[in-house]
Amino acid sequence: MDPPRRPPRTIIDPVPKFRQVGFFTPSAPPDRSQSGPPDPTHSPPLPETSAAASLSPVMIPPPRHLSDNLLIHRSAAMVPSPRRAESISVGGNGSYSDAAPVSPAPSSSYSSRLGGERGFFDGKEKIVASSFPRGGFDLTALKGNVVVKESALTTVSVVNDSLVIHEKEKPHKGGGSAGEMKDQSNSSKQQKPKLTKAERRELQEAQRAAKAAAKGEGNKASATATSANARPAKAVKPAQKSDNASVAATEKKGGDFPHEKDRKKDVPQPRLQYDDKSRVEKAKRRSVVKQTEARNRVELFRHLPQYEHGSQLPDLEAKFFDLYPMHPAVYKVGLQYISGDISGGNDRCIAMLQAFQEAIKDYKVPPEKSLGRDLTAKIGSYVSFLIECRPLSISMGNAIRFLKSQIAKLPLTLSESEAKTSLQADIERFISEKIVLANKVIVKHAVTKIRDGDVLLTYGSSLAVEMILLHAHELGKQFRVVIVDSRPKLRGQQLLRRLVEKGLNCTYTHINGVSYIMHEVSRVFLGAESILSNGTVYSRVGTASVAMVAHAARVPVIVCCEAYKFHERVQLDSICSNELGDPEVISNVPGRMDVNHLNGWADIENLQLLNLIYDAMPSDYVSMIVTDYGMVPPTSVPVIVREYGREQVWI
Amino acid sequence: METEAPSMENPKISAYYQTRLAHFGVVSTEWLAQAQSATNPNPPLPSSSTNSHTDKDTNFSVIDEFNRWRNHPDLAEAVAAIRALAAVISASKASTMMQLEIELKNASDTLKAWDTTSISLTAASDLFMRYVTRTSALEFEDFNSAKARLIERADKFGEISYKARKIIGMLSQDFIFDGCTILVHGFSRVVFEVLKLAAHNKKRFRVFCTEGRPDRTGLRLSNDLAKLDVPVKLVIDSAVAYTMDEVDLVLVGADGVVESGGIINMMGTYQIALVAKSMNKPVYVAAESYKFARHYPLDQKDLAPALRPVDFGVPIPSKVEVECSARDYTPPQYLTLLFTDLGVLTPSVVSDELIQLYL
Repeated sequence: MDPPRRPPRTIIDPVPKFRQVGFFTPSAPPDRSQSGPPDPTHSPPLPETSAAASLSPVMIPPPRHLSDNLLIHRSAAMVPSPRRAESISVGGNGSYSDAAPVSPAPSSSYSSRLGGERGFFDGKEKIVASSFPRGGFDLTALKGNVVVKESALTTVSVVNDSLVIHEKEKPHKGGGSAGEMKDQSNSSKQQKPKLTKAERRELQEAQRAAKAAAKGEGNKASATATSANARPAKAVKPAQKSDNASVAATEKKGGDFPHEKDRKKDVPQPRLQYDDKSRVEKAKRRSVVKQTEARNRVELFRHLPQYEHGSQLPDLEAKFFDLYPMHPAVYKVGLQYISGDISGGNDRCIAMLQAFQEAIKDYKVPPEKSLGRDLTAKIGSYVSFLIECRPLSISMGNAIRFLKSQIAKLPLTLSESEAKTSLQADIERFISEKIVLANKVIVKHAVTKIRDGDVLLTYGSSLAVEMILLHAHELGKQFRVVIVDSRPKLRGQQLLRRLVEKGLNCTYTHINGVSYIMHEVSRVFLGAESILSNGTVYSRVGTASVAMVAHAARVPVIVCCEAYKFHERVQLDSICSNELGDPEVISNVPGRMDVNHLNGWADIENLQLLNLIYDAMPSDYVSMIVTDYGMVPPTSVPVIVREYGREQVWI
Repeated sequence: METEAPSMENPKISAYYQTRLAHFGVVSTEWLAQAQSATNPNPPLPSSSTNSHTDKDTNFSVIDEFNRWRNHPDLAEAVAAIRALAAVISASKASTMMQLEIELKNASDTLKAWDTTSISLTAASDLFMRYVTRTSALEFEDFNSAKARLIERADKFGEISYKARKIIGMLSQDFIFDGCTILVHGFSRVVFEVLKLAAHNKKRFRVFCTEGRPDRTGLRLSNDLAKLDVPVKLVIDSAVAYTMDEVDLVLVGADGVVESGGIINMMGTYQIALVAKSMNKPVYVAAESYKFARHYPLDQKDLAPALRPVDFGVPIPSKVEVECSARDYTPPQYLTLLFTDLGVLTPSVVSDELIQLYL
């Protein structure tokens, strides 16, 4: 040990808060001892003590992509530091574990540098070690006076180190990516082999798979079989699949502790982030639908799934008769989602619920199993299938939560058939009260806001708005309608057709003309996919733009949305959660073969096509929300969610 | 009664605002005739009144009762309505809760139809009806005790309203600091109570009072304030922007508080709120909680029109139209805080309260 440089420390150095990305000049050696005397030749990063002190011991690192870390490894590995070497050698005496081929000083130096160079940060407080593969250092060998290195060191991947999986690690990352345990920092002095990036990645994958194998109770093994082969396996263990789903759900939660599993129900689960390769692969192994990932993905939206369209449908259709344990009604709905036959929040939700009704009708409780749990598991498996076909909309998510809570509330004394009929009746009631009746109430309220001589603008095609317009027309009010439409779906055309049939005066325009026409408009009626707790309205892409233009023209914007679509989530922008559609429809203009400039776009490296499905409109643009609970301001959405509880809103 | 209720000449003239004129406006000699005729409470002709309430079993007229209470200057209109409804209950010959409820519903509808422009009237009747239906749902006792309880509650409502003003007065004291300048608009009894209490607490402040045409209620208010030894300065309505620099806060009452969190108040409030917002001065509204109504206006024209004849002092040629709306709507983004008997609230809480109350 080097006394002047490494005084014994009582507190374990927490994970370094900042990490460098890419380009940094590894000129100055990092200060290994955060609280020790500052190194004279030290590069001027932030004072370590303050950084160290400011970190809480339970920093939960979000998942980072592997390649980022490996990049650092590479660049950092270049510059050996003499003092590092010295320190390594000194420290190494007592602290080498039985592992590792000697890695020259650089490997430890750069990782320590990572910890030390607090000054470099990429604006996000990512914890280095979080993304480091679990090096599996034998920490037990390094104890006591060993200077506590930044745990970054410890988590550099090592080829042959013994895979000591420390259970203290927060197991939120199924992939074992969280190596930030302070305890592991003891093994800082170990030497690591220099590996290429690809090798390291493969090593990591291998380690993860091994860890998963070690950790799982064998259900993972069954799940990791390919879907085709696993069919029989899956048939054997349908319940396991839902376990996987729940485990995956736990994994998906960006960093929650396992003891928060019981709070899972309260916290809406974050969706799978698709830029984390390991999770994607895991999900793929479990999936029923074979999808190939799209090429040329937009960087900003890498966390959203995007698959090659057109490839899934024939594949699934072929499997139609081989679909145990999937119920045919659910399968059919899934196919309809993929093909786009059913689209629109309400339609999808109703179709899904009716499919579940069928499934429940045909369901038989396996012997020795409780109806509640088994049925919930089964529904869970159906839901995962539907998610693979097309990501769930928020209304569907709420409906599923309702169904699961109804299943959970079934009294145990009911017989199987009684329980099934009760559930079917519940679903029926949900559909009729929360969707059909709600729309009628919305129409009744909103119609009072239409006066004679009004010019009403609407965007796209929303069921609630259509019903309002037709009802107002029936009441004899004199008004005209402007329908704003946009590619690629051009859904406004269907609305236009239906309104003109009933005799309304309509104007039709494209979204590029919305600012031109807005000065004539007196009210804007919009539909919504969902309304979030901060008043943000989540709806079809383009709606936010229309609302923004309306706001600038001081035209009141009225959003019509059933209350079952409200969600307690909060979203600040349209990026963190969205859905990506098929980019091909952007490049093709139906009916215009001469507009073919984008043919073969996938081969052009610099070109990416983005087809967003939804966007988020801030609450400032919304004047009023009409729901089945009446007309409320956007600030009252969390009140409705709170007052009526998650259960009650759906009762 | 309904048809001839508001006024002889123009059926849209708001009785509510006529009453306010009678109570708080300056009655000058040349107006006397007009004012008298306008505020003449629909003469209690028993014959006409009973005809319009043939659905009631008795000869009792809720409108009569209402008018009787309404003309009391210190009584809020909402309280008058509640008292009238209470009288309906006591005079009712119903024998079951349902019957009573139906009678009350009819009476409340009649009241509302009689003066569609009064928001607090509507709000208070709705509130009372809500209370009735709620208690009747939980009521297991016999009918008479239920009836007694309702009447007692209605009477208490009057007290609540009176106490509400005191509570609001107390809550607002923190916002009036020594040396501040307050701009007030229109004559609100609540605001007056606030200022009275502040003067009583020996706070040093001065008040800018807008004239409040056409009622000229500002004159009356300044008179009353001067009696309390509060330094008052009268400004004409057009001078609000001119004097806004010196003002520290704006304090207004409300005829009604709507679901969006905005308020409906005497004409000119919106203007003042706009000026205040652009100059970053806080606008405080003092309103009792029974004024929360389930309207949701989207713009100025979305309200039921409430007209008041405007007297310019000189004859106006008939070709010239006169804007005689008596009130305007101030959207919630121009308001800072609401002082109510439920506490000091932000405008978004209004909808919260209404949801809890009505749903």
